[in-house]
Amino acid sequence: MTDVPVDVMDVPRRVPPLALVSGPEQVIADRAVKGLLEDLRVSQPDLEVVRLYAASYAPGDLLAQAAPSLFGGDKAIVVHDLDEAPDELQADLLAFLAAPEDGVTLIVRHKSGNRGKKVLDALRSARARVVEAPAIKSDRDKTDFASHEFRAAHRRATPGAVRALVEAVGQSVSELASACQQLIADTTGTIDEAVVELYHGGKVEATGFRVADAAVAGDTSEALRLLRHAIAVGVDPVPIVAVLAQQLRQLVRVGSAGRGRSVDVARDLGLAPWQVDKARRSLNGWTPDALGRSIQAVAAADFDVKGGGRDPVYAVERAVLTITRERRGG
Amino acid sequence: MSVWSDVVGQEPALAVLQRAVIDPDAMTHAWLFTGPPGSGRSVAARAFAAALQCPTGGCGECRECRTALDGTHADVDLVSTEGLSIGVSMARQLVELAARRPSVGRWRVVVIEDADRLTEHSGNALLKAIEEPTSRTIWMLCAPSLEDVLITLRSRSRHVRLRTPPAEAVAELLVRRDGIDPQMALYAARAAQSHVGLARRLATDEGTRIRRRDALRLAVRIRGVGDAVDAAADLVKIAEEEKDNSLTERNARELSRLLETLGADPTARTQPPHIRSQIAALEKEQKTRATRVGRDVIDRSLTDLLSVYRDALVRHTGAPVAMVNQDNAALVDELAGLLGPEQLLAAMDAIGTARERIEANVAPLLALEAMTLDLRLPR
Repeated sequence: MTDVPVDVMDVPRRVPPLALVSGPEQVIADRAVKGLLEDLRVSQPDLEVVRLYAASYAPGDLLAQAAPSLFGGDKAIVVHDLDEAPDELQADLLAFLAAPEDGVTLIVRHKSGNRGKKVLDALRSARARVVEAPAIKSDRDKTDFASHEFRAAHRRATPGAVRALVEAVGQSVSELASACQQLIADTTGTIDEAVVELYHGGKVEATGFRVADAAVAGDTSEALRLLRHAIAVGVDPVPIVAVLAQQLRQLVRVGSAGRGRSVDVARDLGLAPWQVDKARRSLNGWTPDALGRSIQAVAAADFDVKGGGRDPVYAVERAVLTITRERRGG
Repeated sequence: MSVWSDVVGQEPALAVLQRAVIDPDAMTHAWLFTGPPGSGRSVAARAFAAALQCPTGGCGECRECRTALDGTHADVDLVSTEGLSIGVSMARQLVELAARRPSVGRWRVVVIEDADRLTEHSGNALLKAIEEPTSRTIWMLCAPSLEDVLITLRSRSRHVRLRTPPAEAVAELLVRRDGIDPQMALYAARAAQSHVGLARRLATDEGTRIRRRDALRLAVRIRGVGDAVDAAADLVKIAEEEKDNSLTERNARELSRLLETLGADPTARTQPPHIRSQIAALEKEQKTRATRVGRDVIDRSLTDLLSVYRDALVRHTGAPVAMVNQDNAALVDELAGLLGPEQLLAAMDAIGTARERIEANVAPLLALEAMTLDLRLPR
């Protein structure tokens, strides 16, 4: 590894006695809790960490743990899942917040929702440090997350490399995070597409949606490749058929909705405007009758997949082949 | 007045049953009632049970008769399911029940109103009990056709075939029993194709009549691919509405009754674990019921739709049989003018395929789309 200048971020900050880690993204939240505990250990090397879980909480646990110990010493109490907390845990938390103990650091984890709102308000008004762990859902969030991972480790990654990485392992954020860590630990220099290809080559995130997109675009080989890939990584044929049906249905509905502005059409059909635009682009090369025949092929496949036929995978393949053939004009 | 008065248009079957009540030699311990839906299979089975319990062979007035017909007789057990099937645990309970002596009546009668919903597993569990029941136990199974019942159950029971009652007989029953206007009764009986329960609903509920008319209009409405997809969406929407109408209130009532039985506080935001598990079980049951009701409603719309094509075909062939949609002759004529006999048959096939697919768990919307696409009219 090259020499890395000491970053301001690396100097442990003083942790206030109350902290709230709020947000649904488990990976980021776990990391935040770990970071807080590590920061605490810098000034309190013999820190004792107690974890309390909402699901197994017995009334009084929190106060018993928070009570001063005979041997002194510092303690950090991590309360998990405030958003699922029973009333007793919430009451105990409020009691603790009303009279906090010295030498006890309380870290509360809250995923989302309104449950435990009183405790959240009490934490905020007691000036707890709030760490956000926002959900990472869109490809863009994932790209940002991966670039941030590399930047935090002072590594340069090309945009192409980040995109390829997200495409390969982006389905779960924790997998993405560990893939980033692996690349950071195992390679040197700039991370480019060749490096990602070396580690994750050939792995593509294959979902029913991508199969359907390729099929509707008439790209036979790509659609079949993605389909096989999806089946091989354990995607069930049933949702794939459902997505095929849904895409074709959308094309028919948008196609027969006329030439209005996409915002108006979207409102009439109960779709998002981008879906209408996308459907309009895909409609090139389709005739209504071809769409009709495709829908019928998908319906037959659904019957076969649900026990009517012998080989569910073949049934889906045949439906995909019918769709791409119809798209190319029979 | 007699217990048999609600069993309409089934003279041949009645003769067999009445003889069995009078003559011990004509009696047997297991009966299988078959007949098209709405022909009164379970009504016939109940009447037979009542006649067996009645000291005078089915007067229709005494306590035994009335309770047996209502389904409250202590020794007459009516089994039906609102779920998709009768499971093996249910079957085992029945075996146990059938082994007991009657408590007040002459016979212990177990009526399985949905014998077609017995699974292979639960049917097998009943075999022994049906073959050799205790001396005072009578089994009565009801199913649409012989093929719907496990072959081993079939061979262990005596078969009583009910026919589709004539529409006039059904209308007469509606007038007599429910006090419905004769003209409306005849329309409803014809439109429901002699399905007694359905005819009654059609005659008494405006909403049902409107839904039926909407379903029928589909036959002459679908021209392009877009129309077909819209029509399928409409059918599903109608079914959803009807399902919500009939279930939402009932589900809430069941939940509050359950909470009351368990002594739980209905206003609590979260229930303790043991109550939560009971609620989860109830919700699961309600969900299967909702699936069943949804499918049944769609299936009914499809049978309605099928009847228009059937009538149009009758028009073409000039067969001397009554029309189902006599009140809607204009629609039938329009359809007969648009499609030839071959096309009508193809359309009927498409409806049949859709029913089969929905039965096999295909997403209803998709199955209906495939069907409505086949129902497109020629340009």
